[in-house]
Amino acid sequence: MSWQNPDELKEAARLEWERLEGLAQPLKPRDRMALPAQEMPTQEPLARARNMREVATGYFADQARVEAQRCLQCKNAPCVNGCPVSIRIPDFIAELVKGDPAAAIRIIKQTSLLPAVCGRVCPQETQCQQPCTLGKALKSVEKAVAIGRLERYAADWEREHNAMQSPVVAPATGRKVAVVGSGPAGITVAADVRRAGHEVVLFEAFHKAGGVLVYGIPEFRLPKAIVQTELDALKQMGVEIRTNFVVGRTRKLADLLEKDGFDAVFVGTGAGLPKFMNIEGENLVGVYSANEYLTRSNLMKAYNSDKAFTPIHSPERVAVLGGGNVAMDAARTALRLGAKNVHLIYRRTEVEMPARVEEVRHAKEEGVQFHLLQNARRILGEKGRVTAVECLRYELGEPDASGRRRPVEVAGSEFQIPIDAVIIAIGNESNPLIKQTTPGLETDKWGHILTDENGRTSLPKVFAGGDIVLGAATVILAMGEGRKAAAAINALLSQP
Amino acid sequence: MNQILAKEQLSKDVYRMRIRAPLIAEERKPGQFVILQMDTDFGERIPLTIANADEKEGSITIVFQVVGRSTWVLAQMEEGESIANLVGPLGRPTHIEKVGTVVCVGGGIGVAPTYPIAQAMKQAGNKLIVIIGARTKELVIMEEDMRAIADELFICTDDGSYGRKDLVTAPLKEVCERQEKPDLAVAIGPPMMMKFCALTTQLYNVPTVVSLNSIMIDGTGMCGGCRVSVGGQTKFVCVDGPEFDGHQVDYDLLIQRLGAFREQEKIAADGCRMHEEAMEKGLKE
Repeated sequence: MSWQNPDELKEAARLEWERLEGLAQPLKPRDRMALPAQEMPTQEPLARARNMREVATGYFADQARVEAQRCLQCKNAPCVNGCPVSIRIPDFIAELVKGDPAAAIRIIKQTSLLPAVCGRVCPQETQCQQPCTLGKALKSVEKAVAIGRLERYAADWEREHNAMQSPVVAPATGRKVAVVGSGPAGITVAADVRRAGHEVVLFEAFHKAGGVLVYGIPEFRLPKAIVQTELDALKQMGVEIRTNFVVGRTRKLADLLEKDGFDAVFVGTGAGLPKFMNIEGENLVGVYSANEYLTRSNLMKAYNSDKAFTPIHSPERVAVLGGGNVAMDAARTALRLGAKNVHLIYRRTEVEMPARVEEVRHAKEEGVQFHLLQNARRILGEKGRVTAVECLRYELGEPDASGRRRPVEVAGSEFQIPIDAVIIAIGNESNPLIKQTTPGLETDKWGHILTDENGRTSLPKVFAGGDIVLGAATVILAMGEGRKAAAAINALLSQP
Repeated sequence: MNQILAKEQLSKDVYRMRIRAPLIAEERKPGQFVILQMDTDFGERIPLTIANADEKEGSITIVFQVVGRSTWVLAQMEEGESIANLVGPLGRPTHIEKVGTVVCVGGGIGVAPTYPIAQAMKQAGNKLIVIIGARTKELVIMEEDMRAIADELFICTDDGSYGRKDLVTAPLKEVCERQEKPDLAVAIGPPMMMKFCALTTQLYNVPTVVSLNSIMIDGTGMCGGCRVSVGGQTKFVCVDGPEFDGHQVDYDLLIQRLGAFREQEKIAADGCRMHEEAMEKGLKE
């Protein structure tokens, strides 16, 4: 689909809403099905590829109401089953139809803590929108009700209208909980545990809280001011945030329990250890892990080269290896840092790409060049710096363990792409720091902490959740895990 | 937090600072480092080895050389001011044990991180030989600190302005040739110095530990920017190191990667110098 002018989207929605108001309410399912799916307004692709501002600018009010009218209000609500935290989706959408975003956000916040974040970064097409009856009836998941965009609309409305309400905190219990890692899982646990009246200290290794929401996901996809609003809300609830504190190094996990008086610890340290491909040339200057590249740009603000002390290379030709959301973020960041040619190299086809459809579309619109069924075999350099990447062509063979068709090398198909930088975005492994420094904490062979369904680890009073348990996953799954662990912590601490 | 308790200029561009950091002072062990940042929004994160700590006072000591923009800003700070961010202790501690004789080689600013290791080795009951190397007399640091703990001390300068006119590898070779050769060598300094120390000790089969100071961001394994090749395998200095078997490190790669941002660093450093000159000019006027 080609880019649509936001002004036109706004005007079309206005006319559509006028027409709808003339119809008998509630609308008949057939009328709802005929309503035009509302496109997300975005900055013009070539302009946005050179700035850091948010790409998707959010629904206009009329768009939100028209889109909300598309919801069939199914009795069995399959969308709710698709949501990892079971947001009461038809209910909040019904409030949007009435033009009451305040009521909508109240419903969302009963189950989700970070709707402004999740509305932006959740893979709705594989979660709530995937089983949507409307999408099924129209034979395309892309035509499902845009639940994520509506969630974002309600959350943005609340923030922009200063209508955010600090959750009620129960009277102090005298119990104290340490939350290690301030990403999505940690933020969720901190909020839920604090609400029960326990003292909460949220520990962060970096100088800024927010975890992957701050160092990983770029500004143009998730403005940092939004994350800050969520962190400010935590502080308002009385959560203490301690940055520059590496649990395992600054203090051992066991010492938090034994010396510092914490009654429970939640570990949500994420999947922060970049995987490399173990190919020739990987340590040349100009080869980055996506983590390093994105952290330099996002957390350290290297994109603001006038002010930031942290350097980053801004070469003309960049290769990104991988096909996930992180690869898209890296490729699009490279464009914004001034690259003329960004080559995204992925060894399967677009169908198998783990990245969200929307991210892939945005990347293409902005000019990222996709090289599918190709993979880097080695990285070539001169005087220690990258000059080219040598690739091999692949074709799809039989399905592998993941159910995706296995890519098979085409012998003798080597070719080179001249480039000045390579960003490796093939995933993350679990960070070993806590494991190395916490005897008795059981992990699987990949270093993921083993837990029961309530986040309990092998150590008493120690809970875990998010990517350190799941492996690299999504914000909403981390949040879902966090909620369960928080409930278990609250149950443990309510015992006399 | 992170208040500068004392500041002392050791040589032209080298400073020693005692900083209030009670938690780090309590936990730190020889061989570990901290990461500092001068500004929360726009500062860069720079790793520096902990040169000493005083648990009672709740302070750590760092020694640094002004090489770029951040260290330049740090050097402008005065006693009583606080550093925006300080995190640590990071990295794996040095393995300290009684092995017999330990020779510690510190080159230039590398003397500072060598000190706590030398101190711990001595306390563990080892005979301690220390070799200090510097380009010239002005740049010899921590001589008295080392003299107080070493059983034997060598000082070399490249230009002969102080101590022997030699590279550190010369006394190191002599020590290795003794009938009772050292049981362990520790070498910390410029990569080229560590490379040649390792080549020297290798001839005499003296196990050698080097401490690498690579470019880092987080210091907890997350970015992989600090990767080095040790025995043909990629390792992260921050979580696998900073100390490695000196005979296995690919020093040429380390030197290459340390130069990754040389152009940007040069532009930044020129900016600092211009600023400094402008300030001096302003003072005169």
